[in-house]
Amino acid sequence: MNAKRTKSTTRERLTVNKTYKLFIGGGFPRSESGRIFAVPGADGTPIANACLASRKDLRAAVEAARKAQSGWAGRTPYNRGQILYRIAEVSESRSSELVGELVASGMTKAAAETEVGLSIDRWVWYAGWCDKYLQVLGGANPVSGPYFNFSLVEPTGVVGVVAPDESPLLALVSRMAPALVPGNTVVALASETAPLVAITLAEILATSDVPGGVVNLLTGNRDELVPWMADHADVNSIDVSGADDDLVAEAQRRASATVKRVVRPSPEERQWASTTAESPFVIESFTETKTVWHPIGR
Amino acid sequence: MILDYEPAPESTAIVNLRDSYGLYINGEMVDAISSETIKTVNPATGEPLAEISMAGPEDVDAAVTAARAAYENVWRDMPGRDRAKYLYRIARLLAERSREFAVLETMDGGKPIRESRDVDLPIAAAHFFYYAGWADKLDYAFGGVSPKPIGVAGQIIPWNFPMLMAAWKLAPALATGNTVVLKPAETTPLTALLLTEIFDEAGLPPGVVNIVTGAGATGSAIVNHPGVDKIAFTGSTAVGKLIQSQIAGSSKRLTLELGGKAANIVFADAALDQAVEGIVNGIFFNQGHVCCAGSRLLVQEPVAEEVISRLKRRLETLRVGDPMDKNTDLGAINSAEQLAKINELVQAGLDEGATIYQPACELPETGWFHKPTLFSDVSQSNRIVQEEIFGPVLSILTFRTAEEAVDKANNTPYGLSAGVWTEKGSRILWMAQKLRAGVVWDNTFNRFDPASPFGGFNESGFGREGGRAGLLPYVELESVANGAGR
Amino acid sequence: MKVTVATTPVDAVGLEQRAAAFATRSIKKGSKLAALDLSIRCIDLTTLEGVDTKGKVQSLAAKAIRPMPGNPDVPSVAAVCVFPQMVPYAAEALAGTGIEVASVAGAFPAGLGPLEVRLDEIKWAVAQGATEIDIVLSRSLFMAGRFAEAGEEIAAAKQACGPAHLKVILETGELGSYDAVRLASDLAMANGADFIKTSTGKIGTNATMPVALCMAEAIREHVNRGGSPVGLKLAGGIRTAKQAWHYLVLVGETLGETWLDPALFRFGASSLLNDVLMQRAKLETGRYQRAEDFSEA
Repeated sequence: MNAKRTKSTTRERLTVNKTYKLFIGGGFPRSESGRIFAVPGADGTPIANACLASRKDLRAAVEAARKAQSGWAGRTPYNRGQILYRIAEVSESRSSELVGELVASGMTKAAAETEVGLSIDRWVWYAGWCDKYLQVLGGANPVSGPYFNFSLVEPTGVVGVVAPDESPLLALVSRMAPALVPGNTVVALASETAPLVAITLAEILATSDVPGGVVNLLTGNRDELVPWMADHADVNSIDVSGADDDLVAEAQRRASATVKRVVRPSPEERQWASTTAESPFVIESFTETKTVWHPIGR
Repeated sequence: MILDYEPAPESTAIVNLRDSYGLYINGEMVDAISSETIKTVNPATGEPLAEISMAGPEDVDAAVTAARAAYENVWRDMPGRDRAKYLYRIARLLAERSREFAVLETMDGGKPIRESRDVDLPIAAAHFFYYAGWADKLDYAFGGVSPKPIGVAGQIIPWNFPMLMAAWKLAPALATGNTVVLKPAETTPLTALLLTEIFDEAGLPPGVVNIVTGAGATGSAIVNHPGVDKIAFTGSTAVGKLIQSQIAGSSKRLTLELGGKAANIVFADAALDQAVEGIVNGIFFNQGHVCCAGSRLLVQEPVAEEVISRLKRRLETLRVGDPMDKNTDLGAINSAEQLAKINELVQAGLDEGATIYQPACELPETGWFHKPTLFSDVSQSNRIVQEEIFGPVLSILTFRTAEEAVDKANNTPYGLSAGVWTEKGSRILWMAQKLRAGVVWDNTFNRFDPASPFGGFNESGFGREGGRAGLLPYVELESVANGAGR
Repeated sequence: MKVTVATTPVDAVGLEQRAAAFATRSIKKGSKLAALDLSIRCIDLTTLEGVDTKGKVQSLAAKAIRPMPGNPDVPSVAAVCVFPQMVPYAAEALAGTGIEVASVAGAFPAGLGPLEVRLDEIKWAVAQGATEIDIVLSRSLFMAGRFAEAGEEIAAAKQACGPAHLKVILETGELGSYDAVRLASDLAMANGADFIKTSTGKIGTNATMPVALCMAEAIREHVNRGGSPVGLKLAGGIRTAKQAWHYLVLVGETLGETWLDPALFRFGASSLLNDVLMQRAKLETGRYQRAEDFSEA
């Protein structure tokens, strides 16, 4: 944990404080702008600095996400499920670190433990959908004619996720995981007030067999970055969970220029700690349906 | 020969065999009450591996009682999320110890180590992983109709895919909230018994799975026990019919996965070399001990000679021998009894005037082995075309039109699987529509996946394993009647 | 002369599965040495760079003759493969050794020069001492469906070769499907190719196990239909002895023992040789080796 300056006279071991960086393409670069911002702890005093991502960092993240997308979508559903489950395994083993980050940001220990447990369980829940959602969302269609007709549900491509400030870990996982299930790659903007736990999550992703570029995490200012994200022609869909009404409207307006899909969770989906926050239909909101016809004949 | 393949034996050191095994009841290995035992033997060498109990009615009763208690007190009402976590642990532990299980599977059953290592074990682990993911999603599986578990499932599995069949049976039953009494085949009990170590490592609550070893009498005791709510059986059609009649009049649910005599149909426009691979895989994978084996080749007349000649050439490269050798393609026949059955039918084929072909290959001196065998000049009514041989013996017939192929393929009381080889997409789909088989493989064969439902029409049984359909046999759907096949 | 070839469908999934199975075979320890030596004897040691010089070619030739200085048990390679301008240096260096002088010719690697000029290039290289000629199939004609013309070019090249043997490079990485690889193989063989070869080594995708299997099956069927034996050359991307073993298994099981011979099988490679030598040394000494102990070509 990053400590404040110790004014001690006893010989305590000095800590090696972590530098929190962005997560792009499987690596941890600083912002190309060189900017940082101070992250306040529970009592308002700064506990660490986080990178203040720029539009160019966003651009790099989208490039990395695009590059990784066909490979991620091309893996077997079972393989994606195993990787999401692996994220849960590694999160479990590092749960005390995640709890620590949340506590440092102002949560009580009990609330933090609950949030971390729910996040891990949410990874497990979505891991199990990878090789099943098609059986619920897709299927053969009984058309009138000698045709075999079936609907496949495919990933939309690169999904931008704007995480809210409340439930800084759980909400982020709740929107990121369902996007990953069908093979989308993600560019996520972490909570502004509690961004550090997202970077610890990034470290977990980096060691869980998740291919580089499949998830990219930026810390920074929503008002600055969301318009760029909504404008970006190579982002297929944007989840605006963390945006306020004005920013949502702004994003929707800009998204229309490229017919970008804007996903806005319902009030039930925003009950992060409840099972109403998870559903195969959240997966569905990040997909496109493709229907194929083929004649049946000798 | 420049390329002599070396016996590349997988080491058996990874396996720790005990001299004898009891029964696994209520989370522990216990001595059977019955004193009857048999030895399980390595069919490649004839050497005995361990002593196995033959559970009697009292042992079965103890197992069912344990399963009932676990069902009512622990498993039925456990949140799906938690059942999921146990199943995920089992999947991961099985993957971790996959090599050990594969070696043991080959020692006990005779199948080539390449198959147990590359097919049986990975798919078994995948089955647990797949169904773990359904345990907490059952409300999405049945179109809004709420499912409940049934109760105690009695599961009887065969000797041809011991570990894989255990996974196919246990995973959906446990995911849906049922508890189990499982009986592995008497010639291949060891991997099921080793699986109990994984249950322990995973912390699976006692009594959720119980394993009782034995033969027909033990199976009968399970089927007839009043405390068993649901029976799942994979094995011969004859025994399946017996079970179906034994439970008549009771409210027990039943699914059966029985025999087959699948047609592997090759059209003139097929990709012929790949079709030959599919034919070879279809009948020689696991020595033909496969219910869905492509044991009848129906080849379109214009390419019959060509296909048969390529088939014979391909047979020359198949290696029959020590199953523990990584270079072996065909391993041992599972038992002396099974070898005798195969020989009897092969003789019947010769007696009925069919032409036999076997490549020149030396069989090992110990153990039970059979050469890959082709029969041509056969007709529909021949025993080797009608009856399931369950060995590495292929009967070859010809056809002229797609309709004729369909008629011949469907002319059997079975209906488990079929293969179709053609490059024409519309014909593939037309054939799939017309074939009376639960699994149709197009331009491939013997493909299994936990997400894909498997099961037969007619006397190949009813009910499905794999996929969303594989959940149905293990649930009660509110206000929906329970018909046959569930 | 117009030669027509029938199209043969190839199922990609089935082909790839069969190809992968060859890699699961284990070779007897006693056979490993023979397999390594066979690999060496089947190598066309190659240099096709813009910076090739007389010195480079002489160095390559020396390596070709004695791959392992100080160990006369190690056999020589099958051939040295160079650009036409380098042929005289190769011919001089290899005179009397029995190692073939192979030259690429015909506007290698794209093959898009005027036909007459390409044929002249072949004749020139042969006159300078080339005993083997490697040309490319015109993918420009082939991908436009002008198969007969593509075939005629090959037939003309065969004529131009005179006594030299002709290898036709299909550039399988550009053909788009195994069906096309099969068709290209059949087209080349019907028009006189002595060898069919996978790649120029100048693009990203070179020899792979499935492509090798597809071409081997084409050769097998060509012979079954009455054609004379045609050789198989796998070029590009084969860097390790292990890969070489897998390809030998593939060829042995698909075409038979007769093809396990430099007369009918070649590896077009440069770095493969040293890896094979390292494996050879490991078999002899029992120790894992390091690259520095083996001379550069």
